[in-house]
Amino acid sequence: MATKASRSAARLMISPAVLLLLGWMIIPLSMTVYFSFLRYNLLMPDGNPFVGWDNYYWFFTDPSFKDAMLNTLLLVGGVLAITTVGGVLFALLLDQPMWGQGVIRIMVIAPFFVMPTVSGLVWKNMFMNPVNGIFGHIASALGMQPVDFFSQIPLLSIIFIVAWQWLPFATLILLTAFQSLDQEQLEAAEMDGASWLARFWYIMLPHLARAITVVILIQTIFLLSIFAEILVTTNGGPGTSTTNLTYLIYVSSLLQYDVGMGSAGGVIAIILANIVAIFLMRMIGKNLDA
Amino acid sequence: MARSVSNSRKALNTAVAATLGFLIFFPILWIVVLSFKSEGDAIRAPLEVLTSGWTFESYTAVQERSDYFKHFSNSVIISVGSTLLGLLIAIPAAWAMAFVPGKRTKDVLMWMLSTKMLPSVGVLVPIYLIFRDLGILDSRIGLVVVLTLINLPIIIWMLYTYFREIPGEILEAARMDGASLRSEVLYVLTPMAVPGMASTVLLNIILAWNEAFWTLNLTAAKAAPLTAFIASYSSPEGLFYAKLSAASVMAIAPILIMGWFSQKQLVRGLTFGAVK
Repeated sequence: MATKASRSAARLMISPAVLLLLGWMIIPLSMTVYFSFLRYNLLMPDGNPFVGWDNYYWFFTDPSFKDAMLNTLLLVGGVLAITTVGGVLFALLLDQPMWGQGVIRIMVIAPFFVMPTVSGLVWKNMFMNPVNGIFGHIASALGMQPVDFFSQIPLLSIIFIVAWQWLPFATLILLTAFQSLDQEQLEAAEMDGASWLARFWYIMLPHLARAITVVILIQTIFLLSIFAEILVTTNGGPGTSTTNLTYLIYVSSLLQYDVGMGSAGGVIAIILANIVAIFLMRMIGKNLDA
Repeated sequence: MARSVSNSRKALNTAVAATLGFLIFFPILWIVVLSFKSEGDAIRAPLEVLTSGWTFESYTAVQERSDYFKHFSNSVIISVGSTLLGLLIAIPAAWAMAFVPGKRTKDVLMWMLSTKMLPSVGVLVPIYLIFRDLGILDSRIGLVVVLTLINLPIIIWMLYTYFREIPGEILEAARMDGASLRSEVLYVLTPMAVPGMASTVLLNIILAWNEAFWTLNLTAAKAAPLTAFIASYSSPEGLFYAKLSAASVMAIAPILIMGWFSQKQLVRGLTFGAVK
């Protein structure tokens, strides 16, 4: 049905979006790559000499880089573990017959709509503050020593906060996947005497596999860029114990004004995200054909 | 296909789910409670907080001390502005790809999606420097532009999946009746696409409202939306729980309500159609 005229009209309609996204991608990206090879500090206006791989060398050998990579890994891995396992269980629970399901579901997904700075500050002050927070009050009511979350277990605390924000996302998507499960297949298995565990393991989990993969991949993309929660709670500290790669790049570029170093870090972050993105894109692409 | 389930089983399910749901929802509920307390009462033990008196003073204090509504309106302008601008660019593109698909349409779609995978921090430095040189650091227009570009792939994708569900035969019939391209879009396509567009708008306002990387890094006092304004509460030490709560409640309430209405679309929008 596409005539030549409508083809060229179509091309004309797509081009603004394509050009804008192309510009958004290519201009800053090539600048980042270019800056990453310069000695370029905003505080030292003495020309920006080409220094080859120096920035990468210093970025890689900086001890905080190793810490940041480890923290990024723990943060992403920890949140993924909590949200996927929790999400499957919650979706399973919410899929059961019950009263007031709508209201309960609304309560469960609410944290996803709370802006990151609010959830960071609310957990930090109202709950995890050792003196005035609820956890502190509970501990002292029970006669225990309150935990000073952000100095004793800083990274774990941030993992907890971020998991609270993302559990609804996993639950919502897995619940959607659950609801497309063929009930008759389940009933048939039940009649054939399959135990609940067997039904879960051999019918439900395989059905969820695709949704779980999507949840993991999409969350990874977002979790690699966790920033606001760290900024408002620990500022990456104590020391570098809660500095992830995103935060480290922010510190070197906007706090230490080291454009060259920050850019080298940026290139590394882009490469990391791309590795995850390739898998995600392949899955989405497959669905587009179907 | 409703399986018969005993009422006791149903009651057990309800009890477990309601308890867990309440625990997850509790932090939000708690800041609503704290926002109606005085600063002195807000830091007491939970039971004492509940029995203490209620007051509106935090809400008025937040507005008087920090011009809350300036930041609120910044949030509105930035999120609505970037969504509308994105829609303006995305509608023709999604329309063309859905109804006049070419050989490379799928590649173009996938490529657009890949731009969304670019981590913001990877281009933080250049964007910051470009904005500085253009003099649009800490300006609403700058943030509108950045958030438009960031969410454009999602807007195009969502519209594309909605448009694809509109049967092509209807458009063909309109064309046969002599409808021009313009009237075809205006009178045939648009009415059918309104529900899809509405959910696209809703989801993107939510995403832009809560965006907290660029808003924190590109604004200071003037153009700071609520994400950045709330972050300023991380510095002062002392008694500010009630005010922080009041500011937070006002910041999340509109989005929470919108979010509850767009649950279903959320899944579609955030998984790019990979989970239905």
